[in-house]
Amino acid sequence: MTNLHYDVVVVGSGPGGLAAAISARQNGAEKVLIIERDIELGGILLQCIHNGFGVEVFKEDLPGPSYAQRFIQQVHDLKIDTLLDSMVLEATPDRRLFITNRKLGIREIQARALVFAMGCRERTRAQIRLPGSRPAGVYTAGTAQRWVNVEGYMPGKRFVILGSGDIGMIMARRLTFEGAKVERVLEIMPYLSGLTRNYVQCLQDFDIPLQLNHTVKRIIGNNRVEAIEAAAVDEQRRIIPGSEEIIPCDTLLLSVGLIPENELSRQAGVRIDPVTAGAFVDSRFHTSVPGIFSAGNVVHVYDLVDWVTQAGLAAGKGAALFAQGKLAASDKVVRTQAGENVRYIVPHTFDPDLLAEEAIPLQMRVKQPIEAPVWVEAVCNGKSVTRKALPYARPGEMVTLNLKPDVVDSIRESGTLTVNITER
Amino acid sequence: MTSEPIPIICVACPKGCRLEVLRSEGDILVNHAGCKRGQEYARGEVTDPRRMVASTVKVSNAIHPLLPVYTSAPFPKGRIRELLAEIRKVELKAPVKINQVVIENALGTGIDVVASRDLE
Repeated sequence: MTNLHYDVVVVGSGPGGLAAAISARQNGAEKVLIIERDIELGGILLQCIHNGFGVEVFKEDLPGPSYAQRFIQQVHDLKIDTLLDSMVLEATPDRRLFITNRKLGIREIQARALVFAMGCRERTRAQIRLPGSRPAGVYTAGTAQRWVNVEGYMPGKRFVILGSGDIGMIMARRLTFEGAKVERVLEIMPYLSGLTRNYVQCLQDFDIPLQLNHTVKRIIGNNRVEAIEAAAVDEQRRIIPGSEEIIPCDTLLLSVGLIPENELSRQAGVRIDPVTAGAFVDSRFHTSVPGIFSAGNVVHVYDLVDWVTQAGLAAGKGAALFAQGKLAASDKVVRTQAGENVRYIVPHTFDPDLLAEEAIPLQMRVKQPIEAPVWVEAVCNGKSVTRKALPYARPGEMVTLNLKPDVVDSIRESGTLTVNITER
Repeated sequence: MTSEPIPIICVACPKGCRLEVLRSEGDILVNHAGCKRGQEYARGEVTDPRRMVASTVKVSNAIHPLLPVYTSAPFPKGRIRELLAEIRKVELKAPVKINQVVIENALGTGIDVVASRDLE
């Protein structure tokens, strides 16, 4: 078993991993490797054939595969090594990876710095405890997307979609394009969980009905889904008796949320935030384990791929600096704290000396929607540090507050910075 | 004669304002638009609604059986079904290059259908 040595190793080649590898190389790491379990680079972008990617990064409206290809090209131009069709079996706190693939068998790889970019996974039937029989025909929306857009299989003819996440709505349109009938989209919450743009262009355009405050009460069918029983829910999300309706269909798609995929991070001893299900990170996306960084949806689930790319660039730079011994350990740390109506903030900590040099974006989600003008305000020791006005705040849309270097003096002495999002 | 108000959800930005369009004698009146972009969006929606269309075509000799394709510009909404029928007829042989034209001047609109990626 020959050992391989690299300055920076990136696990995963979706938008976060590609950006991290490119940035690591551009910031001085000489030997950079990407490990990908699929047979090609690109990750989930390759199955997202719809438009809407790159508006911020490239000022162009691209389909997912085109967006990915721009970065894949850069990876090749920068002579970054890749290991495709390869699985990471184990990651250690001292940054060793055990990988396997058909040609090499099992190999050990030692990295000076490691970037985890495994992305996220879809929540499944088991995770939302859907009652009923267990026939074929219940799939996650992303699985159906892979079949329809990459592998060329139609998973059914008549669909019900549970959850108004973006992938579910985009699949409603895609399946309609391919001749299927989408009977209904059900959303248990009183608001849409995906973007309004997708509601208009994927559901409204094709007269696909959306029912808010509705869920699946039961799946019906033995060998194959034959129908689902839908029902309305009250404010506590309890089923309202008497509101049940049987909707005949052969397939139920689930678009009920995404969870950062951190099995390897846990193995390596990375501390995980129970709220985001991603690593605790600083503003360079450095985790609790020295030399291990975390990039993209594996940290928290972003709304836009463009932001995943930006996170990957930051993590890759951090990893390159660490690998070259240029990332000085700092004992000065400011902790960010989710205040009023804020569910979480990423990054969890930052170094005030770094803030003195460059702006640090704080990204967060609200707990409750506010359909009125709001303040997003950072507070330190009871005093306002900076604030910005927004026309509204919704859980489905990430809020960014940019901390600028000129506020560093009001933060430096305090250990904690709290952000509140309240009505103006 | 003023038409019945047409409800439109604006997608010019993520806010999703609910607008209302009234048509009378060639005039178009937009109500409740939060900004100028919303005005323009609503006008486009009632005069010439267009959408980007993405789908797949069959491809042989490649690592996948399908090639993702998309329209080079927003396509007239009312003709999307016709366009999809045309896209379904196409069969290609790999290798294919990104932005390679798959259907030229689709349905005479001047809009091409192009490959979204390289595929070998």
